[in-house]
Amino acid sequence: MHSFPRWKYGLILTVLVVSLMGALPNFTTAPSWWPSALSNPMSLGLDLKGGIHLVLDVDVDKAVSHSVEEDIDTARQVLRKDRIRYSKLASDGNSLTIVIKEATDADAAAKIIAENFSTYDISNPAADTFVLNLKPANDKEIRKFAVDQSIEVIRGRIDALGTTEPVIVKQGERRILVQIPGYEDTTHAKQLIGRTAQLEFKLVDEKGDLEKALSGRIPPGDIIMYAPEQTRNGKSFRQPYLLKKHTELSGNEIADARVSIDSRFNEYAVTLKFNSKGARKFDKLTAAHVGERFAIILEGTVNSAPVIRERIAGGSAQITGSFSPEEARDLAIVLRAGALPAPVKVVEERSIGPSLGQDSIDQGLNSIIIGSILVLIFMGVYYRMFGMVANVALAFNMLLILAAMSIIGGTMTLPGIAGIVLTIGMAVDANVLIFERIREELALGKTPLAAIDGGYDKAFSTIIDANITTLIAAIVLFQFGSGPVKGFAVTLSVGILASMFTAITVTRAIIALSTAKRARIEKLSI
Amino acid sequence: MQLIPSNLHIDFIGKRKFALIISAVMILVSLGALATKGLNFGIDFTGGTLVEVKFDKAPAIVDVRESISPKGFGNAVIQEFGSPEEIMIRVQNKDAENSSVISTAILDGLSEKFGADAIEMRRIEFVGPQVGEELTRAGIMAVLVSMLAILIYVTFRFEFRFALGADAALLHDITIVLGLFALTGKEFSLPVIAALLTVIGYSLNDTIVVFDRVRENFAANRKRKNPNEENGVVNDSINQTIARTMMTSVTTLLVVLALFFLGGEVIHDFAFALIAGIFVGTYSSIYVASPVMLALSGRFKSNENEIKEMEARP
Repeated sequence: MHSFPRWKYGLILTVLVVSLMGALPNFTTAPSWWPSALSNPMSLGLDLKGGIHLVLDVDVDKAVSHSVEEDIDTARQVLRKDRIRYSKLASDGNSLTIVIKEATDADAAAKIIAENFSTYDISNPAADTFVLNLKPANDKEIRKFAVDQSIEVIRGRIDALGTTEPVIVKQGERRILVQIPGYEDTTHAKQLIGRTAQLEFKLVDEKGDLEKALSGRIPPGDIIMYAPEQTRNGKSFRQPYLLKKHTELSGNEIADARVSIDSRFNEYAVTLKFNSKGARKFDKLTAAHVGERFAIILEGTVNSAPVIRERIAGGSAQITGSFSPEEARDLAIVLRAGALPAPVKVVEERSIGPSLGQDSIDQGLNSIIIGSILVLIFMGVYYRMFGMVANVALAFNMLLILAAMSIIGGTMTLPGIAGIVLTIGMAVDANVLIFERIREELALGKTPLAAIDGGYDKAFSTIIDANITTLIAAIVLFQFGSGPVKGFAVTLSVGILASMFTAITVTRAIIALSTAKRARIEKLSI
Repeated sequence: MQLIPSNLHIDFIGKRKFALIISAVMILVSLGALATKGLNFGIDFTGGTLVEVKFDKAPAIVDVRESISPKGFGNAVIQEFGSPEEIMIRVQNKDAENSSVISTAILDGLSEKFGADAIEMRRIEFVGPQVGEELTRAGIMAVLVSMLAILIYVTFRFEFRFALGADAALLHDITIVLGLFALTGKEFSLPVIAALLTVIGYSLNDTIVVFDRVRENFAANRKRKNPNEENGVVNDSINQTIARTMMTSVTTLLVVLALFFLGGEVIHDFAFALIAGIFVGTYSSIYVASPVMLALSGRFKSNENEIKEMEARP
């Protein structure tokens, strides 16, 4: 028999020790001196741990059109400043159209547009018309920023739930993956995450005629907005308001939001504190418009429109609205975390209740244990001593998978458990190949030791080819897979690689050790 | 112990016409089932909402339906899932409706009727229509890409005709497993795609083991003064590897059966696909891969008519 090289024993021993150390944190807390790379237990996927899994889609097109709409304001301001009169200012998606009234202003207009709108490609199809298209790079930047900003905002909101280790990451160009382990109230979580929380302060147009506006004649620069639906005397109605279009203050200028009790009605309310810029604006606004009303608009509906009785310098405001304590708390959370720069929509949800997760773990472990026992018995009976050697290799293989998954920071999912179970069945395949080949060699009349050599040598290329092709399927699965399916691909791949090592090298070492001391071997227990 | 004698001589290749008829029938039945009944696509592909709830005591399906009808989900698919206490409710997405709305409405309806303490949320799955389309495309891509990758690898390690034989076996297996899903009406979900790819890997594993022996025996055969016919060599190779093929099928089947019976309802259809795949995969590595490889070869002396006849079959 070929001598089994010394260094391979060393390799096996090293792998064994590292595996034992890497697997340990899954069973007990590792001591403090334990190498940090080996101190992490395998993490459980949401399908085993229970929790909320959401994929959100950020409406980035809205973020772009919103940003372009805001530039209309800028255009209005700069044109007015230079006394250039315009007949049209409109935005459509990522383009902005400016039509000026006097052709004589064209040169001046062209100059200030070029100065102020460097993020746009400017074309001039007619003397009085300027079409501004957002530059692709800036368009991309706005989209990226909208997603990144949304992640920050959502993180702030979820952190307020007080759950441990939530995952909030970007997925692809415009999607966000949110995982909240151990949190069950999916309805609440989705409400909290999905709110745009856009807060705006606009002045009420006290001079405008609301009746006329409702019949279609809205004064220029004004807008009609409604209060939430109310039921009074069995009829539901929505109170309309005629507001100035311009937003005086927004949620961006809020430094803090807390639940408070409104002393007048003894109701739950949310008290806002503006940041310094917001406080200054608010101060100016209230000073200039004493006696008028300003509307607090929350997510597109008018929450309230109190009268400004005096100048307010303190920099705080209160939102009331017969909130329940939970509603007030949620509102405070979302206002504190800030508004979403664009609407988000849940496009995928996979939430698991805690009991199902536990059941899956139990059932998964059961199938691993029963499946292993069946295979162990079968191998032992069918290949006797050699079967027992394969069984040792199989146990080593299990240990190696556990350790490898822990060390690479893999996540165990339910399909991942299925991958392990499948690996148990396929891991012995390499040994079956070798043992069958040894039997063939014996049948050809070779001596036991020569048969062992022949079996291992001839089975080797088969094992490599067979495993690589399976590995190809597993890698494709990983590339294509989402979440749980990926877990399956990872455990399957790890299992295949581990089994090649244990089934070939480890069994060989055991057989070499057990045959080394004996001068002659008459018969193999195979 | 040795269940399969080492000096086995079964004429597998001689029976290939018979096997081809069996395969042809299985494939035709599968294609027929796929064409007429179609696959019972889960929400992973169609989009939709799935809510699994555990009741404290087994409810009547009628009552469950009654409780969610006022919310507009009277036509939901409602079924037991694993045990009588566990109920799975599946609804299609309405246009432009958000997931939070649907699953919340269903849970609200249930707790109004049965009491909030009587029910426990086990699982909520929602797949938006767009995601469903993406998953379908990705699933098809995955199968095609893995077949192509395998074609390349096997061509590189063996010969082109071996690669085609292996891929023919894979197509055969996938078609039949899909047909089985169409026939039984089992739900075709994302994990089943994973199972299909595993079947690809498994079936290929089997095929490669046989091919590896064929390659070895071909090489030995060419050195002889009077080379045997390729048919005979291939048949010998299958006989030499049949013990291993059976053994591995048995061990894998043992664990997959454990998964099927003990792994829980969520993993059930996944395990079913694997069991079916192990059977057809084992069969195809013997009766499909090698005959196709042989049929594609111009090098072996065989009856011309026979080749034509074989190629003409579906």
